[in-house]
Amino acid sequence: MSILNIKNIHLSIEDKSILKGVSLNVNPGEVHAIMGPNGSGKSTLSYILSGKEGYELSSGNIYFDNKDLLELSANERSNQGLFLAFQYPVELPGVSSMNFLREAVNVRRKFLGKKELNHLEFVKEARRLASSMFIKDEMLKRSVNVGFSGGEKKRFEILQMMLLEPKLAILDETDSGLDVDALKIVSNGVNNYKGKDNAVIVITHYQRLLDYIVPDYVHILADGVIKKSGGPELAKIIEKNGYAGIVDAA
Amino acid sequence: MVASKETISAVEQTTSKYKYGFSTKLDVEKAPKGLNEDIIKFISSKKNEPNWLLEWRLNAYYQWLKMKEPSWAKVNYPKINFQDIHYYAAPKVKKKLNSLDEVDPELLKTYEKLGIPLNEQKMLSGVAVDAVFDSVSVATTFREKLAKEGVIFCPISEAVQSHPELVKKYLGSVVPVTDNYYSALNSAVFTDGSFVFIPKNVKCPMELSTYFRINEQNTGQFERTLIIVEDAGYVSYLEGCTAPQRDENQLHAAVVELVALEDASIKYSTVQNWYPGDENGKGGIYNFVTKRGKCLGDRSKISWTQVETGSSVTWKYPSCILMGDNSVGEFYSVAITNNFQQADTGTKMIHIGKGTKSTIISKGISAGKSQNTYRGQVQIQKTAKNSRNFTQCDSLLIGDNCSAHTIPYINQNISNAKVEHEATTSKISEEQLFYCKQRGLDDETATSLIVNGFCKEVMKELPMEFAVEAQKLIGISLEGSVG
Ligand SMILES: Nc1ncnc2c1ncn2[C@@H]1O[C@H](COP(=O)(O)OP(=O)(O)OP(=O)(O)O)[C@@H](O)[C@H]1O
Ligand SMILES: [Mg+2]
Repeated sequence: MSILNIKNIHLSIEDKSILKGVSLNVNPGEVHAIMGPNGSGKSTLSYILSGKEGYELSSGNIYFDNKDLLELSANERSNQGLFLAFQYPVELPGVSSMNFLREAVNVRRKFLGKKELNHLEFVKEARRLASSMFIKDEMLKRSVNVGFSGGEKKRFEILQMMLLEPKLAILDETDSGLDVDALKIVSNGVNNYKGKDNAVIVITHYQRLLDYIVPDYVHILADGVIKKSGGPELAKIIEKNGYAGIVDAA
Repeated sequence: MVASKETISAVEQTTSKYKYGFSTKLDVEKAPKGLNEDIIKFISSKKNEPNWLLEWRLNAYYQWLKMKEPSWAKVNYPKINFQDIHYYAAPKVKKKLNSLDEVDPELLKTYEKLGIPLNEQKMLSGVAVDAVFDSVSVATTFREKLAKEGVIFCPISEAVQSHPELVKKYLGSVVPVTDNYYSALNSAVFTDGSFVFIPKNVKCPMELSTYFRINEQNTGQFERTLIIVEDAGYVSYLEGCTAPQRDENQLHAAVVELVALEDASIKYSTVQNWYPGDENGKGGIYNFVTKRGKCLGDRSKISWTQVETGSSVTWKYPSCILMGDNSVGEFYSVAITNNFQQADTGTKMIHIGKGTKSTIISKGISAGKSQNTYRGQVQIQKTAKNSRNFTQCDSLLIGDNCSAHTIPYINQNISNAKVEHEATTSKISEEQLFYCKQRGLDDETATSLIVNGFCKEVMKELPMEFAVEAQKLIGISLEGSVG
């Protein structure tokens, strides 16, 4: 019983073929790392999975938790437990972070048939998790992502993941822009969340992150396909040699 | 009394889109359609008015006849036939009411449906209400408590009888009869509205609020509000408006006058939710309103806050005349248009006194095929040394078929004054919507969240109970505009 099953997907944007037959299976309890050169389509894959407009497949199938993922709208996918930590989190001026988190959490809880949290209950829970991410209360009063530093944005993404308790979390370069301490904080957050019933896909350029979040599989996305898959040692080879020998035109 | 079954079913049928769209069946006394001297005399005699007021009305009527309907605003609507309107409609009352218990229960029910219980025990603590139904004020609550403080809060028709000297002194002193076409019309035919007087050194102990409701078909509503705050007094006044859903357009042409004496402060908040017409542009209220405040005394302050979501056509520019030295004028506005709604709204700040200050924050949101125009004038007269204005106009577009326009006029007649103007236009970006949706929010919740964020600077100026209502309204009025 897999959480995610991607079957031979193809996608073009403006006549440019970006994914040319990608397949991937993710089981509960697994951590998959996706690496690959800039522009190889890693973020594109995350957008396809999360249902962004403009990223409709030309062919292929995707099953999430045994449901046809492509039948679901973006918000339904989130409700069902698919979470994306954005490579570039979006600013929402005037929308207080605390309110935003509460809206999101209550929608998810409603879907899971749990009762909505009242304001106090929610604030308590949010603050507890926020402090584990070293996010100050003061930051939660500010507008979503507005004026957050690069590292703060990434920690805020992981806070959202923790609050929403997804089945599948896709982390798109959550490590980029993080200092050494923040990298540990974020990795701790992910490791605490990870369990036998959920799964994580980490998209990254750096082996460094994979020392903290140890993957079961590493895949190299290049030239529109998964060129190579392996264990954690594959990331170490890439770190040393780059993509030479794996990618056609590197 | 007419059975209430129809009313109830009308309410049940009302779509959630415009939940105030029901009408109430009441025994009503109406003047025949049309406008002439006799109608004006009829209104005046119905209200048992003194002669000076009848003369004042008739004068306004003659002036109006000579005036032309203004066409400079960026709004389009078919010509209004002013002879096809009832200028007076009143729920029939057998005798003068002594207490709320004697108000027609149908009327009380209507207000309850609107979420405005008039029953004092059940009322939100700390808000006194004057309810205006078509042409007349039907109930004013908490009057005794207010009277103890010397605060007068009553229908203006009553103030004409009980405090004629105040009415005579201030009526038309801020908005002259001939100020514009609609103010002249209003002066001729106004039927009711609220009157507020806050004596020296009194901070009004509760929020005062008026709910306007147009109910009868083919009826115009011409209310007149007059608020006077004496030295160092303070009042916060709330105004809410709704109307039934009807296919034909209805006219609303109000005049609001505010007077602030030395160190006095007036906060005037409006949540305007007149029926906006359906998604094809049929029906809805024409809202042509003249609102103006005069900061007569030194250091006085007038602050307008408005959230405008309703009406099919809105023409409205709450303004401040800053006469007293160091007086302050503020204008905070959210105007939302959807479907075929048109809004041409803004403000005028006239700086006359020394060291006067004004702030304008306008947030225009357009969706559907609507048109949203901000028109603002900042006038710094020669006498207004060291005065300052700050203006910020932000427009937000939802979809590709709507439009937003910003038209600032700045007349600065002296050099030692500071006028700043900032304007932005943005669209709700796909990226923002997607980010919210990825967190599980549906299109409407996401839009409402982003729009409320956009309006935050204005929303925080609203009194608490109003802010919650206004936030919901923003969500409702944008329903169906995305996705
Ligand atoms: N909306 C779009 N319009 C046009 N081209 C696009 C669009 N989205 C993605 N692309 C193109 O698709 C390719 C893959 O982009 P993507 O962002 O998925 O790469 P990536 O692997 O995440 O790269 P990076 O490592 O730099 O983050 C790029 O060539 C990019 O320019
Ligand atoms: Mg990327």
